[in-house]
Amino acid sequence: MSEERSAALSRKDFVSDQEVRWCPGCGDYSILAQTQKVLPSIGIPREKYVFVSGIGCSSRFPYYMNTYGFHTIHGRAPTVATGIKTANPDLSVWIATGDGDGLSIGGNHLLHTIRRNLGVKILLFNNRIYGLTKGQYSPTSGLGKRTRSSPMGSVDYPVHPCCFALAADGTFVARTIDSDTKHLAMVLERAARHEGTAFVEIYQNCVIFNDGAFDSVEKGDDRAVHLVDGEPIVFGANREKGIRRKDGALEVVTLGNGVGEEDLLVHREDEPDPGIAFHLARMDAPSFPVALGVLRSVRRPTYEEMVEEQIRRAREEKGPVDLDALLRGGECWEIK
Amino acid sequence: MERSAEQPKTRSGPIEEVEQVVIRFAGDSGDGMQLTGSQFTHTSAVIGNDISTLPDYPAEIRAPAGSLPGVSSFQIHFGSTDVQTPGDQPDVLVAMNPAALKVHLPDLPRNARVLVNTDAFTPQNLKKALYESNPLEDGSLADFQVVKIPITTLNAQALKESALPKKQTDRCKNFWALGLLYWLYDRPLEPTLDWIRGQFAGKAELAEANATALKAGFVYGEVGEVFTTHYKVRKASIEPGLYRKVSGNEALVLGCVAASLLADTPLLYASYPITPASDVLHGLARYKHLGVRTVQSEDEIAAMGIALGAAFAGHLGVTGTSGPGLALKGEMLGLAVMTELPVVVLDIQRAGPSTGLPTKTEQSDLLLGLFGRSGDSPVVVLAPATPADCFAIVIEAFRIAVKYMVPVVVLSDGYLGNGAEPWKLPRAADLPKIDVRHPNEPKGFMPYLRDPRTLARPWAVPGTPGFEHRIGGIEKADKSGNVNYDPANHQRMTELRLRKVEGIAGDIPEAAVEGPSQGDLLLLTWGSTYGAVSQAAKKARAMGRSVGHVHLRYLNPFPKNLGDVLRGYEKVLVPENNTGQLRFLIRSRYLIDAFGMNKVAGQPFKIREVLAKIEEFI
Repeated sequence: MSEERSAALSRKDFVSDQEVRWCPGCGDYSILAQTQKVLPSIGIPREKYVFVSGIGCSSRFPYYMNTYGFHTIHGRAPTVATGIKTANPDLSVWIATGDGDGLSIGGNHLLHTIRRNLGVKILLFNNRIYGLTKGQYSPTSGLGKRTRSSPMGSVDYPVHPCCFALAADGTFVARTIDSDTKHLAMVLERAARHEGTAFVEIYQNCVIFNDGAFDSVEKGDDRAVHLVDGEPIVFGANREKGIRRKDGALEVVTLGNGVGEEDLLVHREDEPDPGIAFHLARMDAPSFPVALGVLRSVRRPTYEEMVEEQIRRAREEKGPVDLDALLRGGECWEIK
Repeated sequence: MERSAEQPKTRSGPIEEVEQVVIRFAGDSGDGMQLTGSQFTHTSAVIGNDISTLPDYPAEIRAPAGSLPGVSSFQIHFGSTDVQTPGDQPDVLVAMNPAALKVHLPDLPRNARVLVNTDAFTPQNLKKALYESNPLEDGSLADFQVVKIPITTLNAQALKESALPKKQTDRCKNFWALGLLYWLYDRPLEPTLDWIRGQFAGKAELAEANATALKAGFVYGEVGEVFTTHYKVRKASIEPGLYRKVSGNEALVLGCVAASLLADTPLLYASYPITPASDVLHGLARYKHLGVRTVQSEDEIAAMGIALGAAFAGHLGVTGTSGPGLALKGEMLGLAVMTELPVVVLDIQRAGPSTGLPTKTEQSDLLLGLFGRSGDSPVVVLAPATPADCFAIVIEAFRIAVKYMVPVVVLSDGYLGNGAEPWKLPRAADLPKIDVRHPNEPKGFMPYLRDPRTLARPWAVPGTPGFEHRIGGIEKADKSGNVNYDPANHQRMTELRLRKVEGIAGDIPEAAVEGPSQGDLLLLTWGSTYGAVSQAAKKARAMGRSVGHVHLRYLNPFPKNLGDVLRGYEKVLVPENNTGQLRFLIRSRYLIDAFGMNKVAGQPFKIREVLAKIEEFI
């Protein structure tokens, strides 16, 4: 497909002929719709997109995208994506995964994909529950969460996906929410344009097994803060509150009474030290608002770039070799 | 030693001609025995002997010096006649310390020659080797021709001019011993001197010390009056051509690179380090200039997923491992079956179960390779017969994988992987091209529309406009590839996947018999038992026995004629380095009462063991 044709792509081009089979009201619909809306604007031809997924509701995602797609096995999508991207860095490779798929069975692969800075986009649909296996607690469920497999409450402490990604030195780490479609589209577009691993945690409502899990983020103006690069971190209905750094930790302050915006923490996406982003990622109710937006975005050579660079260098140094020369590369002797 | 006519005296002592010799170098794992063995091998090959080798080393990186678990050895069998195994029993044991002597003595035949480094037989070392008295003095070696040489002392004397510290000059004693063995078996020093020059380029003192030690050992043979005779092994009547020494793992590496060139398709190898497969990763990592991508993955599952992803993206995707790793790859291999992508899995088997004996050989992953997945998930299974055959088998694996869109498992093992033999280099022009096809007509494209002849589905590669499609582990509808739960469709797809693999039987050579095509006994083998069993069968036939031998390189599917061949014999015997996995398959498939010869000692078969078993059956 030529660039001209790709320029004319619309949302419809990314809609496959498969019937979408998520529960009515599922947050996945919103993520699918925004992805299909954003991709035509990126300027990459459709045939260069590959969606790879694991197992779970989120992982049906590739079937609904009219691109190349690979629905793999539980937790292993990052491995298949690594093979695809390493073989052909020219492809735009997206991973659709869930909190169980990505952080439980696939936690190992997620860690290594992020720390390698492989140029893939990871969309982690976090509904803090196991949907497809019908309602067990997940690695992001809160302590005490009552489910079918934890009738007295879960005794597992939860993992914070963005903290996990930052700990793996992720070069792009963001959080968004299914219900805020504009914000979701903005983050997806930023992820699509990032060179290196783009890790996006999407708060996603499961209407059947964990309905309203993110109500606290959605309802009430002081429950979430939208991070804007280069600007002080302000929130609240009248932008009356802010986040300040004090003694290496964060605190919520109310503006006025001698506290001004100049005292607040200014968000820097490209801060080399991921420590502040880590603190921001951990903010949670009731003491803090939840941070939405791009927590970190830095540029660093990608895995596939370095692989290609080594191949280029090796070719330059050793030159082309034909098969006969290859076989005769060892210590040979002639029998007459 | 098989001796022939006495030769006239050519140098200081009489020279005697022998056909075949087996030498085992044994010492502490820091003594450089693997290097000594491989130098002896190379020199023997260069002068035209046929050779076969068996390195044997501890699983520990460096067990305590002088201890029994720390013994490392290298056995070489060289001769002027057909050599197919590293030899049953050593004619000569070079024991650099008491532990090496203790570990290897039980393998020696009566009257074998035992060269010992007497300097190492200190009370302390004897204690480490759990000797209660000094075997050099207590008469316990009366059955052997013991040659006592103070190798450490003599080496130190030879190197007393060297400016190197004593610790470093002492490390040259393996080359001193090598020099002595070169004199004893009439080998030239030049190939090793050349090697030393290359290896220690820029380290003149080290090069000088090693070369001096080698020459000193040689001269000691000449003037030391320790040996009355030295020996000559004539050139083998080897087919003319250009040769190199190759181990099975090296041959797999070259086979992978060759397949990539023959298919004109880049190769991606993903692997997690594991003994004895790691050398394949090390080897392939050196071929980046040929577009080879190697990924050292976080685990075995990832390695399989990465290889599969690469195959989806249009590369030759390949992963390598050993048994426990293959167990982990099972789920992902099932996905490869379901998505019908061409991916190759190299399993360098080792002794199991679980971690087993990591550095010892076994061929007990046959059933795992064939069946170790959920559901009915047929894969093609191939096995090389010899180290050099690893090259051909991996090219064949890719040919089949690409042509039929199937995963292929290759079962090598530690014995083949580490063992080496001379390999007559093929000419590139004589190797089969691998025909890679990607669809180019988007109209009417369906991801599971099969080639009616091969039943292969099209290999449409991401990045190609007009072929956007989705595949995955959930059952797919015939032709369209859409997710499908229809019972009749699952039945059809299961049968299609099975028929596709079975159909490959029409595209592989029929089973060939060595020896009579009908008779009293058929030996049926696969994998690395080839050499020992083939030699035993030859010897049995020379003794007038009616013994045929069929060696299988294709384990799934079997050659078409196998059933008929098996039925031509009174009895079928299946020697295997496992408890009877091929026998189990043969019995169930052909309803033949096959017998087993099963050794699971972490060691390959010996020719005489097989010969004794043949005698038992006839």
